[in-house]
Amino acid sequence: MQPFTVRVQTGRFDTGAEIDRLSCNPACGAVVSFSGLVRDYGDRQDVAALELEHYPGMTEKALHAIIEQAGQRWQLQAATIIHRVGYLALGEPIVLVVTACSHRKDAFAAAEFLMDFLKTAAPFWKKEILQNGSAHWVEAKHSDQAAIGRWQ
Amino acid sequence: MKLNMVYFARLKDSFGTGQESLETDATSVAELLVELRLRGGNWATELGHGKTFRVACNQELAGPDSALRDGDEVAIFPPVTGG
Repeated sequence: MQPFTVRVQTGRFDTGAEIDRLSCNPACGAVVSFSGLVRDYGDRQDVAALELEHYPGMTEKALHAIIEQAGQRWQLQAATIIHRVGYLALGEPIVLVVTACSHRKDAFAAAEFLMDFLKTAAPFWKKEILQNGSAHWVEAKHSDQAAIGRWQ
Repeated sequence: MKLNMVYFARLKDSFGTGQESLETDATSVAELLVELRLRGGNWATELGHGKTFRVACNQELAGPDSALRDGDEVAIFPPVTGG
């Protein structure tokens, strides 16, 4: 099994299958997953869908680099990051992070670390499409920038 | 020398192009930005002082002093908003 997986794709992913895939190492007693979904409000109300763009090549490099950093801080036995791009309707899954460690503390911390850095370092951009058909690019959040401060 | 420029998200929309081949004498990111601002219009506005954007050289984040070489892929994009 390839312990560190990064995928950028338009199609849906199977969260259960991805968790199962990292749940077969007897050295790992803890598997944590985070799923990010399309929410009905963001910068504006009445969000109907998102359109996600990314920088092919740099995205994959950035995600692998983030996993490598997490691996230097915790006993990370395996990790998966899947991020979707393109048109995503309300409620659709956008991102999945799965971490597998010997103990739960490391697995929780590593999953949160991966998400915090993904949000500020991986070249993805969201466009919100509203119920009335108008669309706008989402602004970067200071709170996301602040979130990585606690890992310094 | 020649640079392969790529633009993403709001900047791609604003510049009206996602990529271009640029013939330039700029040897650093800072010099390149001066040259692009001289195009005026949205180039001057989006890349103006006080505006927040990122530059990557060969898919690694770059700063104003980062050196540029012939054939480099230089990307300019807004702060990221994935996840």
